[in-house]
Amino acid sequence: MNFYKYLEDFGRYVLMLGRVFRRPENKKMYFEAFLIEIEHLGINSLGLVAIISLFVGAVVTIQTALNLENPLIPAYYIAIATRESIILEFSPTMVSLILAGKVGSNIASTLGTMRVSEQIDALEVMGVNSASYLILPKIVAAVFFNPILISMSMFLGILGGFVFGQLTGMIGPQDFIEGLLLEFNPFYVTYALIKTVVFAFIITSVSAFHGYYVKGGAVEVGNSSTKAVVSSSLIIILANYILTQLILS
Amino acid sequence: MIRVENLIKKFGDTEVIRGISADFFPGKVNLIIGKSGSGKTVFMKSLLGLYDIDGGEIYYSGEPLSEMDFKRRKTLRTEMGMVFQGSALFDSLTVEENVIFPLKMFSNMIEADMRDRVNFCLGRVNLEGANKKYPAELSGGMKKRVAIARAIAMNPKYLFCDEPNSGLDPQTSIVIDNLIREITLEFGITTVINTHDMNSVMEIGDNVILIKDGYKAWQGNKADILTTDNENVNEFVFTSQLLRRVKELHLQSSRRE
Ligand SMILES: Nc1ncnc2c1ncn2[C@@H]1O[C@H](COP(=O)(O)OP(=O)(O)O)[C@@H](O)[C@H]1O
Ligand SMILES: [Mg+2]
Repeated sequence: MNFYKYLEDFGRYVLMLGRVFRRPENKKMYFEAFLIEIEHLGINSLGLVAIISLFVGAVVTIQTALNLENPLIPAYYIAIATRESIILEFSPTMVSLILAGKVGSNIASTLGTMRVSEQIDALEVMGVNSASYLILPKIVAAVFFNPILISMSMFLGILGGFVFGQLTGMIGPQDFIEGLLLEFNPFYVTYALIKTVVFAFIITSVSAFHGYYVKGGAVEVGNSSTKAVVSSSLIIILANYILTQLILS
Repeated sequence: MIRVENLIKKFGDTEVIRGISADFFPGKVNLIIGKSGSGKTVFMKSLLGLYDIDGGEIYYSGEPLSEMDFKRRKTLRTEMGMVFQGSALFDSLTVEENVIFPLKMFSNMIEADMRDRVNFCLGRVNLEGANKKYPAELSGGMKKRVAIARAIAMNPKYLFCDEPNSGLDPQTSIVIDNLIREITLEFGITTVINTHDMNSVMEIGDNVILIKDGYKAWQGNKADILTTDNENVNEFVFTSQLLRRVKELHLQSSRRE
């Protein structure tokens, strides 16, 4: 908990990024690694994100409906509330936090294991820029694929609200759709996707930082994966605040 | 050839390598011996530039490592192969993919030529037919052999092995030692091996350097070991009754001649 330690870590993080963003020694190999990461970090998260989004959308709708049981407030307000909370915060921020847990710990433990078993040294000895080869494909894959994941999450979240609103009889399809379209600001989606891209960069690069510089053995690899999740989550929350101030106010 | 001049490496305030100079020659097996913790691994990783050093200089064929930029170092590294203590195979890749990796990354070979080269290297270490296995499915000795195959895939000028025998039984150790020696002679490689295995030393030690507490305590070849009266050598090498007896007999018989 020492300020200089954070400053030093930040310096090393920036230096690491300097090594990550260099010209690949072999584009084809990097592209292959990118495709593998799309599968690992992206496709493998589809199911989790889909289920969570559907149910959170449903819960947001039901909660709002329960709290708005006032005959003076039109039912379509429920849909507006669902739309705004899913698009502005739940999908970009909460889903990114969930991904920080799932993807961040995976990245840190994979890289940490490669470090302590000297696989990273083996890459370096071959002449491969290990930071770039191991980390760049992960960053690019997440920055490319997370917007797709988050867009899907928005869609499914709202769909969840729509379906469950109807099933519980709390809001009918006409009201829901009317609410969805009412005063819809498309810029909110842009804002959400900007956040998503920034968060994807934070999750992958911060977790990679913790894994890549592990020293020691299995215990330290485990610790690094915890640290990766904690620090990328905290930084996401901080960045969320800053981005909201910058973009929406 | 590799020349090391007065190499110093510190971690924090502790000096782990305290001024070692040495020459390593092509077509020779150069051995670094010393107790566990004496600094062999740190010395080797410093040679390779995996650690930044705190003093001295390392010359590869006369060219100082400290004056090489990022790009030049990377080209130099494509001329190096290394066998790590724990083999360091990429565990998400099969045996074949491990060996082909440096070729795919750096060579302009067509796919078929790369396959030929991989099969040649695997054949060279007697591992034909293991192509599709994953590292987790291999024994320690097999992993070492895959690591050697991967290290020689690019036809290196320099080969580094960190305790290639650790964790292996004596018979497998000798197979690995002889393999490294044959490859060294066959391709005129400058080979540097870290070991504390006396069998290896007596088997393949063309040029032996003893490190003690980060200093160079002795240098010679396997024949010299039997005759030297250097205390550090005797302390390190002749730890067992058996070896002390061998040395006594050797000295007696050479006096008689
Ligand atoms: N990364 C490191 N940080 C600090 N000390 C280290 C590091 N690596 C090695 N050392 C220390 O350097 C000394 C030599 O280690 P090493 O070269 O691994 O010995 P060995 O001869 O067994 O290979 C040991 O005392 C070890 O504790
Ligand atoms: Mg060692």
